[in-house]
Amino acid sequence: MNDSGQNMYFSAARAVAWRYLHNLYSKPAVFIPGLVFPLFFLAAFAGGLSAVGDTPRFDYYDFTAFQFGFILIQASSLAGVFVGFSIAADFEQGMGRRLMLATSRRSAILLGYAAGAALRLIVVWVIITGVSLLAGMEVRGNGYDLAGMYMLGLLSNVVALLFSAGIAFRFRSLQAGPLMQMPVFIALFLAPVYVPQDLLTGWIEPVARVNPVTALLNGARSLMAGEPTGILLAYGVAAGMIALLGIWALRGLRKAEMAG
Amino acid sequence: MSGAVISAGPGAAAPQAGGTDRSPLPIQVWAMAGRSVIRLIRQPALVVPSVIFPLFLLGVNAGGLNAATNIPGFPTDSYLTFAIGFTFIQAAIFSTMGAGQSLAQDIENGFFSRLVLTPMRPSALMAGQLAGLILMGQFQALLYLAVGLVAGADFAAGVGGYFVLAALVSVISIGFGGIGLIMAIRTGSGEAVQGMFPLMFVLLFFSSMTLPRNLIEQDWYRFLATINPVSYLIEAIRSLFITGWDGEALALGFGIAGVVAVLSIALAARSLKGRMLK
Repeated sequence: MNDSGQNMYFSAARAVAWRYLHNLYSKPAVFIPGLVFPLFFLAAFAGGLSAVGDTPRFDYYDFTAFQFGFILIQASSLAGVFVGFSIAADFEQGMGRRLMLATSRRSAILLGYAAGAALRLIVVWVIITGVSLLAGMEVRGNGYDLAGMYMLGLLSNVVALLFSAGIAFRFRSLQAGPLMQMPVFIALFLAPVYVPQDLLTGWIEPVARVNPVTALLNGARSLMAGEPTGILLAYGVAAGMIALLGIWALRGLRKAEMAG
Repeated sequence: MSGAVISAGPGAAAPQAGGTDRSPLPIQVWAMAGRSVIRLIRQPALVVPSVIFPLFLLGVNAGGLNAATNIPGFPTDSYLTFAIGFTFIQAAIFSTMGAGQSLAQDIENGFFSRLVLTPMRPSALMAGQLAGLILMGQFQALLYLAVGLVAGADFAAGVGGYFVLAALVSVISIGFGGIGLIMAIRTGSGEAVQGMFPLMFVLLFFSSMTLPRNLIEQDWYRFLATINPVSYLIEAIRSLFITGWDGEALALGFGIAGVVAVLSIALAARSLKGRMLK
């Protein structure tokens, strides 16, 4: 790709990102659920279950901070899923087809949605972090640790986005919404949500051990505590999923192109 | 199926003393209930998630929160036994959406308007819709109890407790089903009924679903759980599993479920009259 081609490519991605954010913030009904759900879970888990933090062998320093790790990964992932909804809605309304006609290299469309999702995520992070701090969350990680933690959130967002975009490009209808949302929701809840991994019992214990979300969650929590452990694993898992799901999303995009 | 409401069926053809061609109420209810049940069976996509999702959350919570049984004062040493009560309420609330959604669909696709032109009573329409819901509630109660027992939950109330559980689930289904009907009748939109889901979720989560109220540390959360009627419904069912026969918990559960049922059905009936006049 020469300079002019590169400029056109990024210009198309920028336009898709801007359009996505414009639509998002001009429609509160679309933006608010993605924000309210994580806050609601934060209140329900950190508030209602704080006594669980006092149980023997629960060795994390602060229950609200422990739950924040989950809420960060959950909110970031759901923000990715919501982009899948937007892609599906665009195709349903005919906008997706027009975007395809307007760009010569269609991966710019995916890049644009991803950039929009990342910018949206910053607002979500600011709000959930602010609310958690107001609720008395203690932060032990330093600046580098926290940057690493938010980076894991961003990677979770990209993973969920690529997964749901792959479905959205294939089905091109909002009716595929549950197919995007449910697997992500289930994967999130099959990780150590309420207690550290060592305290899980029953069937969920082996499931959580092989669930990739567990690595992300444990990594984010350790960074929040200022005692980074399993970070390479977390980033490795995220990179692997992004590589696989990137292929899934791009192949979906090809299918959408072929569908015309 | 609508034809059955108007004229078909034994006894339906005989004009009543008042000179109207209206078929007796039980026949109307039977026809509407049959339609509601068949519709439920024919749409597994509506039924399966409302059955499976509560079981999934039960599995996750039972494994993930078993450590909570080590909190001093926790009423049982099995979190599964503690959590299973919540599953019944969650299923009932999911079914609320189903009942509302079905009626809203009828309004949206014009079936309801055609029904209004028949001599059918509003009460038959509502009772018919709720019949499907009660049947679904009973199926779920039996399934969740069986799954719970197989997975190792205790059911302290024994065989007699099952009948109390079934009765309570029915009253709760009617109560929440009535709320779904109100939303459907007032808005006539399936999307609006679905919009109730987050509110219902809030009612579920800000209750004593995950810990007994006396063990909730945060004052604000304990306060919300105490004023939330859903807490008492969960605690009534939970008492059958943990304590056996706890008169106070059961009286509160049946009382609250009964009040919700009476109020929601009365309001739904009122809304229905208004909708039929439109």
